[in-house]
Formats: sequence, C-alpha cells, structure tokens
Amino acid sequence: MEMTGARIFVNYLEDEGVEHIWGYPGGAVLPIYDALDTDAKKLNHILVRHEQAAVHAADGYARSTGKPGVVLVTSGPGATNAVTGIATAYMDSIPMVCITGQVPTSMIGLDAFQEIDTVGVTRPIVKHNFLVKDVNDLASTLKKAFHLATTGRPGPVVVDIPKDVQNAKSNYEYPQEVDIRSYLPVTKGHSGQIKKAVEMMLAAKRPILYTGGGVVLGEASAELTEMTHKLGFPITQTLMGLGAFPASDKQSVGMLGMHGTYEANLSMHHSDVIIAIGARFDDRVTGNLEKFCPDAKIIHVDIDPASISKNVVVDIPIVGPVKQVLTEMNAVLDATDQKSDEAALADWWSQIEEWRATNCLRYDTMGEKIKPQAAVEAVWEITKGDAFVASDVGQHQMYAAQYYPFDKPRRWLNSGGLGTMGFGLPAAMGAQMAHPDATVICVTGEGSIQMNIQELSTCLQYGLPVKIICLNNGFLGMVRQWQEFFYERRYSMSYMESLPDFVKLAESYGHVGVRIEDPKTMKEQLAEVFSEENKNRLVFVDILTDQQENVYPMIPAGAGLNEMILV
Amino acid sequence: MKHIISMLMENESGALSRVSGLFSARGYNIHALTVAPTEDESLSRLTLVTSGTEQQIEQIVKHLNRLIDVVKVLDLTEGSHIERELMLIKLSATGEMREEYKRLADIFRGDVIDVTATTYTVQMVGQSQKLDAFINALDPALILETVRSGTVGVLRGEKCLHL
Repeated sequence: MEMTGARIFVNYLEDEGVEHIWGYPGGAVLPIYDALDTDAKKLNHILVRHEQAAVHAADGYARSTGKPGVVLVTSGPGATNAVTGIATAYMDSIPMVCITGQVPTSMIGLDAFQEIDTVGVTRPIVKHNFLVKDVNDLASTLKKAFHLATTGRPGPVVVDIPKDVQNAKSNYEYPQEVDIRSYLPVTKGHSGQIKKAVEMMLAAKRPILYTGGGVVLGEASAELTEMTHKLGFPITQTLMGLGAFPASDKQSVGMLGMHGTYEANLSMHHSDVIIAIGARFDDRVTGNLEKFCPDAKIIHVDIDPASISKNVVVDIPIVGPVKQVLTEMNAVLDATDQKSDEAALADWWSQIEEWRATNCLRYDTMGEKIKPQAAVEAVWEITKGDAFVASDVGQHQMYAAQYYPFDKPRRWLNSGGLGTMGFGLPAAMGAQMAHPDATVICVTGEGSIQMNIQELSTCLQYGLPVKIICLNNGFLGMVRQWQEFFYERRYSMSYMESLPDFVKLAESYGHVGVRIEDPKTMKEQLAEVFSEENKNRLVFVDILTDQQENVYPMIPAGAGLNEMILV
Repeated sequence: MKHIISMLMENESGALSRVSGLFSARGYNIHALTVAPTEDESLSRLTLVTSGTEQQIEQIVKHLNRLIDVVKVLDLTEGSHIERELMLIKLSATGEMREEYKRLADIFRGDVIDVTATTYTVQMVGQSQKLDAFINALDPALILETVRSGTVGVLRGEKCLHL
C-alpha cells in the first residue's frame, strides 16, 4: 500500500509489535507526529519533558522487559539531548531503537536550522546507525535496526530520517526477512571449549562463578541457577548482573568490585578457577589489573568476542549466547563421570564462611540520624524484596545494590557502565509503564534527582505511581566520600545549598510528598508510602540521612581486590 | 610490530569514518590507510598499517569485525603476502645532482615521470622500507614534496580475501 514515510514508520512500529514509544516533537519530526495521530492504533506515545528522559525511559522499559525500547526525537537539540541516554544504553548493552528527525536531504550540510550530523555525533555510542536517504529503504532499514538492536550483544541503534523522506511516498509492506551480510552473531558456543571448561571447573579446588549483565540480557537466569546448584560453587555477581542468581541463596556471596562484599572480593582474589559468564572485567570489578586474582585460571563465556581477553587474558574463551552455553554445560555436567573435589570445596567454603562472618555490610544502627543503609533495608522489607528498583548514580546506588538484595532478574535497573546521574526517575517511568500494577521504586539522591526532576510532570500526565526514595544528605555523596578519602577533606563543590523543598515540589506537580527525618518513625512512615492508599499515587519521599556516612567496603582506585577498606 | 590489516567493507558513506573513529576512540595507531572500490561495486577494500602488541592487534581485529559495515577482515602479516606502496617524490634537480638523482632513481628502479629545468618527479613502487631507503639516500634539503599511497597488499598464491 502506498503511503508517506511518516506513515510507513508508524505502521512499521505497529507491525513490529512496539507497545510504547517515548518522545518529544519538533520541526523535523512533525510528519511522524501527524502520522501517530492518524495511524497509531495500539502504539502508545509518551510525551516526556526532556529528550534525555525519553531515552532513559525507553531504556528502563527495555531493562525491565527484555524488549527493545523505542524513542522518537527531533533533529539538532532533540538528538543531542538524547545522546547521554543513548550512551547509557550503549555501555550497558541495552536493546534500543532511537529515531531522530533530520532536516530535508537537500539542506543537509548547509548548517540548516536545527541541523546536526546525528550519525556522526552518535557513531561512537551506538551499535550501528543509519541515515535514510530514500523512502523506499525506510521499512527495510527499520527492520535492520530492530534486528541489530535485539540480537547478538544488544545495543542502541539510531535511525536518522530526513523530513522530506518522511513526506515522500512509497509502497509499504512489513519486511519479513532481514539480510545483513556482515552481521552473523554467534548462536552456539564451541562444544570442545565447553567440555574443556567443565573439566577445568570440576578439577578446581577454589572455584568461583563471576556473572554479569549478560546473564540478564541473555535470559539465562534459570540455566545459571541450575548450573550453580549442580556445582555447589560460590557465585558473585556484578552490579549489572544482580538478580540473575537469587541473592538469598546461600551460594551467593554478594556483589564484587569496588563496593563489593569482603567475601566476594576475597573469594575472587584467592580463587584458582574463575568462571566468568556475561561479565566484562570492568575496572570497577577488577581493581588494579596487575594484582587481579594472581592464582586463577579463567573461563570466559561471552557473546561478544571483543569482550574476551580485553582487560584480562583468559585461559578458556567461549564465544556464544550464555543461555545456550549454560544449557550445554549443564548437559555435560549431567553426563560426565568426573567428580568435583568435595574435600577441597568444603575447605574453600569454610574459608569463605570465615570471610562472610566479618559481616562487612554492618553499620551503626544506634545513632540519632537516619542511616541511608537502614532506609534502603526498610524499603526492602516493606516491599518484600520484590519491587522494580531503578537507581540513579552515587552513594545511594551502592546502598541500593548492597541493601536491596534481588532474587529475580530485570528488577534492578541502573546505569552501571556510564554511571549517568538522572537515569533513575525516567527509567522507573519506563518500568512502571511496562508493569502498571507492580511496585516501582526510584532510589535517588538530592543531586541525581534534580538532573531529570522535570519528569514528575510526565508521571502525572500518565499516572505513573513511582515511589521516589530520595536519600538526601545535602552532599554529592560519592564525590564527598572520595574527597574525604583522597583529597584531605577539601569538599570542593560537593555540598548542595539552596535545595528545593522536595515535599512542596512534589505537591506542586500534583503528587504526594513525604519527609522523613526521625529514625524512630522511619519504618512506619515508609510503610505508609507503600500502603494501598498510595498505590496509584506517585510519592516523593525525602529522607534526610546522615551526612557523614560512607559506602563500605571500598577498594580504592589502584588497589587489588584483597586491599579493601572495611569500616 | 607492524601489521597490515586488510578488509572488505560496504561501499557506503560513513563506513570509513567508522573504521577511523574506532582507532581514535580506542587509542590505536594508524600509520597508513588507503581505501578504494573493488570489482564488486558494493564493496570497498581498505588497507591499514598499524602497530601494537599481539593482544592489541587481536583486539583491533575483533573490534573491526564488530563494525556492521565491515564485511571481512584479514591480518595480512599473519601469513605469506605481498605488499607494495607507491611514492611520488619531487626533487630539486640542478647542477651535478641532476645526473646523480637520475642514476639513484635507476638503482631503486624508480622512474622520472615529470621533468622541469629545475625539478624531477620520481615515481617508485615497492615495500615501504625500500621507499624509506630511497628517501634516506637523498639530501633532505633537496626534497620538495613527498606523496605516499600507504601500503596495500594481497595474500600470496591462490588464497584471496573475498566474501
């Protein structure tokens, strides 16, 4: 059927099964917005208040569902405002398609109004991007974009569509096939390598599983849990991997890395075999590479060959989808006669229990001030550990990771790679849109929340009852912590003066505002926040916390995993 | 060690900048780079010379393979191969050096392809080291302009880089 490019776009999204699209109109996408009005049936557009938030919201939707997030913004400033969001998704390998309007093809390169070289600007932060110059290529390009975004190692794909292409006409038919000759992601791990890996695992005396966001992205939680139970090994998860294996399981030794647990980091450091699955040996995980796990042989499973031996040279690389590789590993484990070294494992576990007994996450509970850890723990108790938790970036992010243990994947939404302040609230919106009846929390601080606070307006417009837990210590807490430790307590620009009254601010946006200042009433007040009465209301909880509190344990930059600051 | 990495990529605008952008973003070296169409008009052949540790070169090849516009990648230096570079060099050729430079160009199997009363332009083809050796044999003060194509190469024998 012949129709305009704009209508092809809308009809394509309908046919692709896209439910929600986050965006903000502008001159170069007006034809598409018009087509949304005339042609959209099931497709729901959500109008945000800033393009960055549109991308984070689509990202939160993607992280909480596994489906690609879809964004629509205009040219020039619309595209550049989206850049931070796209980079955030790129660093965490989140499937996303971002459509940007562009000035008409005849004006490209002439410094036209609201023109920017979007393909050039976004090139280093996308899996791939396209400029569609011919309306006849539009549908097939969109098909490629969704295919690239969602397969292999997922990531954001940008499609830049000039305004004249939106207005030009072509025949539309949903393309069933997609062919990209240079793109053939691996669909199966090498069986020989998998056998070798299982042999190495079973021969280990001090093994540990180290798993990351790839297990969540690859929907391999069940397979990972099965294998971990079969092996009886300790398992540590990265910030991005939390929830893929239940934190409440005894075999879990918690998160590793800069603010990981004592038992996780020491188990890594002293291990003789590390089984890395869907993790990428990020610097926040490894600490000083020269001191990293000196005795360990490393097995590394990853869909992306470029992630393997990038930072740490590994002994058995396995390129493949984690779900398939773990399934095959489970089958090999079932079939083999080789037994694991039970005596060595028992010794290893007793050593780990000794480390665990230091109770590294303990904190002072007797003080007059509210401890941020206590606030997060109370939220965990009240929500029975089963909420979707979107986090911003800073101390509160680490407290959420440490004190809100997750038993399910896709519950923990945070900007792990890029560390984007302002991610939390829009990501929570995306998760809430995907799960209208679920409890969705945004754990944030008074610094981060102000980076996208305008979205309180979007939440009202679409009735998104996100619960915002703002750990307000009046400081850019993580900056303050580093200044205390490494800059002789010169708190340069980390103190926030002139904060708004968040309760009144929330109320002025039409929401509920609550302030919590007293540790004695905290639990009661928090219980009310999550009560049936507030089920359909956004509640902004401003919790005034201890200004001096730091995140422990901590591995200082340049130190090894065995050189932790405890309390 | 120097590596010659040769690739086939989609003959599309922007493909080259994806390759060069990868090198600058990840801090890899490019000593030389050359790109031109092939017999298949949908493909370009790009050859670049880079250097690094074995681990770095492995990463470079992996990252190149990750680019959607890059169809095939080959590190020519891993196997038996032929490499050539073209140089055009313009020399101040007066007095007794005029005769000397002609002889020198002959020794290096270069051709004088343009002549004026005061200059020679010499064309020379060979491995980069041979072109370097010719330059080193000249008086630097008499070199007016040096234009080099960057190295291109192919595998020896019947093996080819194709789809």
